[in-house]
Amino acid sequence: MTYSAFRLFREGLRGQRGWTQAWRSPDPAAEYDIVIVGGGGHGLATAYYLAKRHGPLRVAVVEKGWLGGGNTGRNTTVIRSNYFFPESTALYDLSVQLYEGLSRELNYNIMFSQRGMLVTCHSEAEMEMGARTVNAIRLNGTDADLLGTAQVRALAPILNFSPDARYPIHGAIWQGRAGTARHDAVAWGYARAADSLGVDIIQNCEVTGFVVEGGTCKGVETTRGTIRAGRVGMAVAGHSSALGTRAGIALPIQSYALQAFVTEPVKPIIDQVAFSPAYGAYFSQSDRGGLVIGGGLDRVPSYGQRGNTPLHDEVLGGLVDFAPILARTKLLRHWAGIVDVTPDSSPILGASGLPGLFLNCGWGTGGFKAIPAGGYLFAHILAEGAHHDISRPFDLDRFVTGRLIDEGAAAGIAH
Amino acid sequence: MTGRRLGKGGLIDRGRPLSFRFDGREIQGFAGDTLASALVASGVGVVARSFKYHRPRGLWANWAEDPNALFDVALDGVTRPNVHGATTVLEDGMELRSVNAWPSVRRDLKAGLDLFHRFLPAGFYYKAFMWPDWHLFEPSIRRMAGMGRVEPGEPGTPALNRHDRCDLLVVGGGLAGLTAARAAAEAGQDVVLVEDHPVAGGALHGFGGTVDGLTGAEWAAAQIAAIRAAGGRVMCATTATGIYDHRLVTLVTAAPFAQAPRLCRMRADRIVLATGAVDRPLVFDGNDRPGVMSPFAALDLLGRQAVLVGSRIALLHPQPEPVAARLEAAGASVSIHDPAAERLRVKGRKAVTGLCVAGCRHGCDTILAAAGSTPLVNLWCHAGGKLDWVEASFVPGEGPEGLSVIGAARGTSDDDAIREEARQAALGAALPPRGRPASGLLPNPLRGRAWVDLQNDVTTDDIALAARENFTSVEHLKRYTTLGMGTDQGRNSNVNGLALMAQHLGRTVPEVGTTKFRPPYVPVPLELYGGTRTGALNHAPKRLVLEPQHRALDAALGEYGGWLRPAWYARTEHAGRADEAVAREVLRTRQVAGILDASPLGKIEVMGPDAGAFLNFVYYNTMATLEPGRVRYGFMLTERGAVYDDGVLARLGPDHFVVSCSSSHVVGVMQHLEAWRQDGHDPDRIHVHDATQAWATVTVTGPRARDIVSDLGVGVDLRACAFPHMAIREGRFRSAPARVSRVSFTGELSFEISVPLDRARILWSAALAVGAPMGSGPLGMEALSILRAEKGFVIIGQDTTGDTMPHDLGFAGPRDRKTEPYVGDHGLQMEVARDPDRLQLVGLQVLDHAPKLARGAHLVRGAASGRPVSEGYVTSSYDSPTLLRPIALALLARGHTRMGEAVTVWHMGELRTARVVPACAIDPEGGRMNA
Amino acid sequence: MQRFTCPFCGLRDEREFSFAGESGKTRPDTAAEVSDADWSAYLFTGTNPRGRTDEIWVHTPCQEYFRMIRDTVTMEVLETVPLRRDPS
Repeated sequence: MTYSAFRLFREGLRGQRGWTQAWRSPDPAAEYDIVIVGGGGHGLATAYYLAKRHGPLRVAVVEKGWLGGGNTGRNTTVIRSNYFFPESTALYDLSVQLYEGLSRELNYNIMFSQRGMLVTCHSEAEMEMGARTVNAIRLNGTDADLLGTAQVRALAPILNFSPDARYPIHGAIWQGRAGTARHDAVAWGYARAADSLGVDIIQNCEVTGFVVEGGTCKGVETTRGTIRAGRVGMAVAGHSSALGTRAGIALPIQSYALQAFVTEPVKPIIDQVAFSPAYGAYFSQSDRGGLVIGGGLDRVPSYGQRGNTPLHDEVLGGLVDFAPILARTKLLRHWAGIVDVTPDSSPILGASGLPGLFLNCGWGTGGFKAIPAGGYLFAHILAEGAHHDISRPFDLDRFVTGRLIDEGAAAGIAH
Repeated sequence: MTGRRLGKGGLIDRGRPLSFRFDGREIQGFAGDTLASALVASGVGVVARSFKYHRPRGLWANWAEDPNALFDVALDGVTRPNVHGATTVLEDGMELRSVNAWPSVRRDLKAGLDLFHRFLPAGFYYKAFMWPDWHLFEPSIRRMAGMGRVEPGEPGTPALNRHDRCDLLVVGGGLAGLTAARAAAEAGQDVVLVEDHPVAGGALHGFGGTVDGLTGAEWAAAQIAAIRAAGGRVMCATTATGIYDHRLVTLVTAAPFAQAPRLCRMRADRIVLATGAVDRPLVFDGNDRPGVMSPFAALDLLGRQAVLVGSRIALLHPQPEPVAARLEAAGASVSIHDPAAERLRVKGRKAVTGLCVAGCRHGCDTILAAAGSTPLVNLWCHAGGKLDWVEASFVPGEGPEGLSVIGAARGTSDDDAIREEARQAALGAALPPRGRPASGLLPNPLRGRAWVDLQNDVTTDDIALAARENFTSVEHLKRYTTLGMGTDQGRNSNVNGLALMAQHLGRTVPEVGTTKFRPPYVPVPLELYGGTRTGALNHAPKRLVLEPQHRALDAALGEYGGWLRPAWYARTEHAGRADEAVAREVLRTRQVAGILDASPLGKIEVMGPDAGAFLNFVYYNTMATLEPGRVRYGFMLTERGAVYDDGVLARLGPDHFVVSCSSSHVVGVMQHLEAWRQDGHDPDRIHVHDATQAWATVTVTGPRARDIVSDLGVGVDLRACAFPHMAIREGRFRSAPARVSRVSFTGELSFEISVPLDRARILWSAALAVGAPMGSGPLGMEALSILRAEKGFVIIGQDTTGDTMPHDLGFAGPRDRKTEPYVGDHGLQMEVARDPDRLQLVGLQVLDHAPKLARGAHLVRGAASGRPVSEGYVTSSYDSPTLLRPIALALLARGHTRMGEAVTVWHMGELRTARVVPACAIDPEGGRMNA
Repeated sequence: MQRFTCPFCGLRDEREFSFAGESGKTRPDTAAEVSDADWSAYLFTGTNPRGRTDEIWVHTPCQEYFRMIRDTVTMEVLETVPLRRDPS
């Protein structure tokens, strides 16, 4: 069924009764060519691109809860590719490019809104580092600019431009193609499109173990029985270590809670995504009008999908310093997702060490923006059993070779 | 609805009338009113418009669960968006403006949207606006959305935050909570009771009647007095907004309108939740019309604010008699109808005119309708408590230790049972078995427009659509239809929504899912959280003991490595020409001497019999061979082999060292040292102590430095033969210990003199006074930065990245020769460390008379082909006052092998050329430094 | 705000502590040959368990490192002990 304004009009005339299921709820078959564990954005996008670009293949996505219920449905929806290293830009800009055509490709409005992103600089030293970053982004072949205070003020007048501010604004790194999208719609759009291409999306089906024969992964054990597969892909952000343990794999990952905050809806007050590293907070305004706010990770490694209070002071206190007129806007809800944090904060894509099992994990705080690229590349890896050029640098082996892709290091931080 | 104020009763103060305006209309209320009660009392029926269809809406409930009455409110120049009418205390002179309506709630221009509702089902926006492009439609949709307006205004008042603890926290001051708190307080526990209304008593006010022979208000007051007499604390107008790990509860106390509420974080050994229950709306055709109201809200308005909501009331309730009796006693005529009747329908648009029951019309001005009650279990869920489905309600099931739920929130409705539960809970005893909660009705999917979520305009049709499209899990249902995403967080709508979905699917409600709640329990302003972290106190920089002296010298102060330090001096004299001031300081230092406040420089003492071996392990450089009295430059690395910090290590005696690290890295280096001291070494044989802030350091640097220092009297033989470069001596300054090091960050003869803080001022003044006749003067951080760049000395983090290794900076010796293990050794031997393309530190020289290179510019190859590829970047760039030409430092791929090569410099698309030269541009032999 | 018990200073709030890694990691002897794989396992790989975990933390004010056994889902702290003592 094709979605369109005309269809919406026609259904309006007959009580919206003609719509069909967005996706089926099939029972698992005994065997597939490829089984993807994890029905979040990455898993669903992988299934879609497998069916679309590498088919015909029998593909299933196995999800322990409801599709899109992990970090895909819990994040602050920022999409950007303003990265320092060419390897990162190649990955994230592929994602932005895929996002740009995604609503029409999936026939599902994911509301990708390229409203632009400001990363504010609060000293001359930060402006210099900003120039280094902007030059890097542009040399990497994508868009960025270094804006002065007046240009930032023209775009986002509600920020704190007082020279007496704790961190006065000297300028900002600007990426115009960055923006936000409706997070649930990304999962639903991919799910619907994958389903229509024959992918079985099996919800409420938890993977409890792996079928390993002769040292090779041949499928998964689930709460709904054994499902055999030619290859198995794992895209279970936040729980990668726990699931990896069941496959006998130890990963360079630590799980942390990442919090997000949303305010009551208010009339439009800012168009951009604004991020201040100094204040430790970023925000954007959703189409509904709520301000969507985020910041750093909680201090304590955690699998509990709930936030902790020290970060509230840091993020919300910092935000009110960053944009003082938000002081009386009311916080509606806050929540947390569990993210995989790798030593270099870059993702892991590729072989797992157990033949037949492949990894899509380690996205840290930035998995949502990478969904299309993560899916596109992971589909390639699962179909071919080998890397795509763009995914190669993100292989697990970099922790052995030492060729980490550490964006923090680019900013002069050694850790 | 034709609300009116009764002549007597209620908790309002009729002696204190208050006037306010609503959409321009002048209205009167009384002290004790909320915004909502004052509006209802004056007969206002339509208080707001709904989010999606702009339908007129009246008050649904008289407290936090009301989803409708939201206003932008201004008072004395303070404005707040989305002010919640049913919980906000009325103040004189308030200006209320309805949200989502223009020009007013009665005549809203966007009301016409409702006519198109059939084309705007749940999630319609996912199915359209893709062609030609979402960006074409988005701006107008954004303008339509949102509710209140954020007005720019004066900055908010910083909220006062505090932390507290107690043995027992009781949340809710109704029959259950007051009973529990009193019992616990009288048993000697440190009890805190919080009640979100200004006046405690809970449902007692609404239901009337007596407890122990007292009215609800009297009884509540008596309990509070008894709790206080027993040493307990009672906080009214205080809402528990969230329960966090380790039983931390956030308490928010309301403040007068112009002020921020106050946040208290309460740590409780035990928590008793007595948060009560709210009416669950009855889902029927037209149930969103103004005048359809929660029955309990009508009682509560009567009991608290002496407002009778209507004169001809139709009542739909599973247990109608007590409600009807109370309203009739107050003067209304009440007709009772069966809430389970088929084909219920509301008549009237902006006000209720009647109720149709199975086609039969009953005239009325108000419809009170509830399907049962919903226990308020939000906080229970925050803490990880599970829910059980009993008698058409979610009630607390299994839960965490130290937390119990009593009263209506547990589903208990009998007063005696509630008080028994409360007494047990107060003492931490097991609660009596739960009785069956009063039964309620569940909605049927039906024809007509019946509302499930009032604020977000979710109807039964939307839920049917979600079921049809397979958005059947509870989270899909919520997210697809926006059910429960409003400011009431689904308190009113979730159970009805789940029940409808369950019927569509032929499943039970728990099979579809349970409701989940997230903090905060009610929306709270962001200003609540800043506390002492905002403004100047947000990561406040450290201050120098000599700051008054620097200010006296008219220093421009800036933040360097977490310290507020002089950037340059004589600000006024060089107003607008900071470069000139900086250049003067550079030249003065090169020609005579500069005097620098170097106090933030790290001074970490490492002592003990194993100190030498330990430092040899944590430093890249070989430190075991350092002689007492000598100083050595070295790097600390990460285990990956990257440079974490550079600095000097001084050896005062066989077992006594001082680590002098970068001022910004003191905390990190300290942790690094402690980590290795306690991991892999014998901590009893090594002692590490950070003495940075116990010493002030004044550095005298320049060709005349020895002349100046010799006049200061530091008790050290300063002659080069007795005190060479890279040595340290212990002396005395004004009868206090002094440490003098010959270490240079400028390339000039330098003495770093450290004295106890209380000698700092006199040392600084003396150095300036002695040096002034020679032409020396103070040296700020900007000039220092140029001086060190002229020498090719790096600043870690500016001239290095997190990947830079010591051999990239030209320090390959230990990597090649040091045999003992050290932190980072393996990393330096990996293939990645041997990569020939590594970025290496070099100097760059531009052509004669050209301006300096842009900092942050990249060095590229392939620019001619139009596909420039980065090979590194400029990390420092200055106009050198000493050399009278620009200088620059850069990290360049294979830089050490490219001396003399011309490289392309790329900045924002513009190209320049520079020559690769050694990083050190001045005195490469070091004669000046060693003088 | 969680609270942890520093074995030396007592109960303090989480902001005074920093996570330093999982327990039981011994630095390979770099005087001998160490493979990159073993090095990687030491430096980067962890078990990151969901549930009971055994970690090293540091209490910043006193700078003492210690072992903490806790639950990463419930956040319950089961035990904290000095590095030189074994947990019960």
